Amino acid sequence: MPRQSFILNGETVTVDVADDVRLLWVLRDLLGVTGPKYGCGINVCKACTSHINGKAFNPCAVPVGALKKGDEVTTIEGLPDTAPQAQRGPNGLHPMQEAWLERDVAQCGYCQPGQIMAAVAVVRRAQAENRTVTDEDLDGIRNICRCGTYTRIREALREGEQAMRG
Amino acid sequence: MTKQEATNSDVAPSTAGLDASGPLHFGRRRFLGYVLGGATLMAAADLGLMPERAAAAVPTLPSIPELYDLNDLLTHAAAPTANLITININEDGTASFALPRAEVGQGITTSTAMIIAEELDLPLEKVIVTLAPARPELLFNQLTGGSNTTISTYTPIRVAAAIARKQLLEAAAILLGDTVGNLVAKAGVIEAPDGSSVSYGELATKAASPTTEQVEVELKEDKGFSIVGTPRNRVDALAAVTGKKEFTTDLAIPDALPTMVCRAPTLNGIPLAIENKAEVLALDGVRNVALIDTGVAVRADTFGQAIDGVRALKVRWRDGPVAGDSDEDVLKGLRKAELPLPTLPGKGLARTVGGDFTFWFRSNSAMDTNSAIADVRDGKARIWSGLKSPIVAQQAIARELGLKDSDVEVNVVQSGGSFGRRLFYDAALEAAKISKAMGAPVKLMWHRADDARAGRAHPMATSRVRAALIGKEVVALQQSHTSVETDFRHGLGDIISATAADLPAGVGNLGFAETIFTLTQEVPYNFGLVTQTLLETDQRFNTGSMRNIYSPDVRCANELVVDMLAKDAGLDPYEYRRKMLRLGVVRRVLDKVAEEGEWGRSLPSGVAQGIAIHKEYKGASACLVEIDTRPQTVNRKVRNAVTGPRVTRVTFAIDVGLPINPRGLEAQMQGGINDGIALALTSSLHLRDGHFMEGSWDNYFYTRQWNTPPEVNVIVMPPSSDQPGGAGEAGVAASFAAVACAYARATGTVPKEFPINHGQIAFEEKPRVPPVPQSPTDGLSHTY
Repeated sequence: MPRQSFILNGETVTVDVADDVRLLWVLRDLLGVTGPKYGCGINVCKACTSHINGKAFNPCAVPVGALKKGDEVTTIEGLPDTAPQAQRGPNGLHPMQEAWLERDVAQCGYCQPGQIMAAVAVVRRAQAENRTVTDEDLDGIRNICRCGTYTRIREALREGEQAMRG
Repeated sequence: MTKQEATNSDVAPSTAGLDASGPLHFGRRRFLGYVLGGATLMAAADLGLMPERAAAAVPTLPSIPELYDLNDLLTHAAAPTANLITININEDGTASFALPRAEVGQGITTSTAMIIAEELDLPLEKVIVTLAPARPELLFNQLTGGSNTTISTYTPIRVAAAIARKQLLEAAAILLGDTVGNLVAKAGVIEAPDGSSVSYGELATKAASPTTEQVEVELKEDKGFSIVGTPRNRVDALAAVTGKKEFTTDLAIPDALPTMVCRAPTLNGIPLAIENKAEVLALDGVRNVALIDTGVAVRADTFGQAIDGVRALKVRWRDGPVAGDSDEDVLKGLRKAELPLPTLPGKGLARTVGGDFTFWFRSNSAMDTNSAIADVRDGKARIWSGLKSPIVAQQAIARELGLKDSDVEVNVVQSGGSFGRRLFYDAALEAAKISKAMGAPVKLMWHRADDARAGRAHPMATSRVRAALIGKEVVALQQSHTSVETDFRHGLGDIISATAADLPAGVGNLGFAETIFTLTQEVPYNFGLVTQTLLETDQRFNTGSMRNIYSPDVRCANELVVDMLAKDAGLDPYEYRRKMLRLGVVRRVLDKVAEEGEWGRSLPSGVAQGIAIHKEYKGASACLVEIDTRPQTVNRKVRNAVTGPRVTRVTFAIDVGLPINPRGLEAQMQGGINDGIALALTSSLHLRDGHFMEGSWDNYFYTRQWNTPPEVNVIVMPPSSDQPGGAGEAGVAASFAAVACAYARATGTVPKEFPINHGQIAFEEKPRVPPVPQSPTDGLSHTY
């Protein structure tokens, strides 16, 4: 059985599993990291959105064998540690998570880890382009929320964007 | 089944205070409960407790739901239950309560914690609300549905909390050497005038009673509320945003390995034989393969390997009952079943205005697909699942396994949405069968494709509405709703059979669907003789309610005809509704949205407003939307997406009687608005050749960010009653109707089928064999 090794939330992990098993199942079923959720398994609902080397991606669509040894995977569990200390909020969380709390975004909460990881990536992308998030950026977020929390997601994302500037 | 209502009855409904224009009338506040014998303080109340509702003095004939609605039925069904719910005071100063209902996102753990914190004078964060496992002794009092949780539990929970507070005060009085009347309880601490104090935690054992005793208690006056009625964040928000909130598939139950089911290529097809079991068992990670009545189950080390196993299976199937049929065939069947419309009064004199509307199948699939953990071994079963009817689930599973009810433990897990799905226990029952067949614990998860295609759907329906007018006067309105059967076999049926005989107004012996219809549908306008009927036919589909039962479709058809009548009367839709509404509670929310949403403001051609109302769940709502149907908007491009007309602005007002948590209520309305938009514009299932085509979220177009309104304003009306109404489903009907009305006004054409885009298939159907798609491998080329 191939040994798979990558960095997960700041720590190197090694798992014995076949190359073609998608990373989502390695995280959830073998490593017990359950923040990224299953919602479709075909990279359309985006409930499993996490980060690889700081960019948003969907582990349901990545065979674990495609990861390189130094690849850094961040799930919602590891997001707080990626924020500079000065940006962390009253709960010690990433400013986007704090904005989510401030706006009380979650309803059932199932899609929200993915929503937050997507929101952080949308803000980082805008920042890298020296601009602020636009309505088009918001309209382009593909993460589904069946409870229909879209209104508060939009508000919280803009609030998190402010805090991520600090 | 028919119900009738008379005109000109602007009387207050029986719900105390709901429509009162003067000072509110508050019901009695003295109740009996119990202190239970135990090591720490346990206070209890009967879940059947309800405040006395004022006997209705009804001068004329209002519609049945004004006198006795579905929520009264659900609440009264609980009344004979002599069993108790308990609040425990713990030595760490917290209070804990196991709520016999299911949290699925609607916010009842938060609102329940608020009610307890209020009555106990305890900070909200010191109240811990969990979900009770199946408690068969509660009989009908463990069903989460009809947006009834807070309506039926508000008073009993307050009584239990008030008894705990009273006991704490009495114990403190002894300890502090003062009288109860001199003590002040605040934030979990009881203080005497001399400054000495004692905390609830310190009193937890001292206030405990060695025996169970009946206690009389007086509830707080509403005027003194400092938590109930104030906006609060969800108690599970921190867990949700850190990924720590646990859903069924997140639970780590030993040896409960990932399990999936290979399903038939036609809806409800039956497996006859597995042709390559050994081959599938030899696959990497696959542990067990078993044939059950709904398909072939595969248990593996990971869900990815279970998917591989499902895809590799070769199974012989017998076709399901709708094999060969498409949704046009089902519609033909409905049309054939439609009863002739009764003759309208004023024959020869009257004109008719009206329309026939079609509502296609829609999916109530939640983000968290059907899932359950089952461990069936050694004559016992343990189940974990998101269940809104856990007692019925327990009984059905026990029957299936040949076990006693008491040998089946059913744990209720928080779930990622319900929208009607979790009234049923499809996954729990299936998981129990699989675990029994394999002799091993299983963590069953339906693939999204299963959930979309073989899961439950909101039934297809037609609704015919006719208004009879003499001159400009509406003298009668009839609505005839014909639907594929709505499945209520989740326990509501039991409640109804138990209470139907007591129903007032002669609705006693109706079938349960008709009973539900009768108890939920109202036309709050002065339209002369109003008749609404339901006929259900065709039992071949897996159906259920979908964030509300009949109301969104019924109200949409109804409100479109109200707009036609307004046009006929030469009045604008708002003014006409205002003139024709019978009930002040509805008129007030209508006025509110018209004012806040700037009804009648100037908009470009192709952009229009629509306005609609709804009355249900002990409350009233109104919605004003603006929709943009200009070509540049309709034809905007988003990759792999349905765009179409865009709702750009929504103003929504809700009166729920007594709002417990306005922030949670606002959230529920925001969600309901997105559901209404989906129902009107984009979301439906297409039956083709015996199977639903939609296999995932790229085929089924629930509202997405590119469809959601950029501007949403929800107004929670100030309290109009001392009793709370329902929230979870209350936002959908008026929103759906308002979007439909706005679309008709923007385009000049009244749509006759919903969603309006049902005729256009905007995707390529995924294969039916194998039944689930393989996960892509190119995820690293789509990072951002």
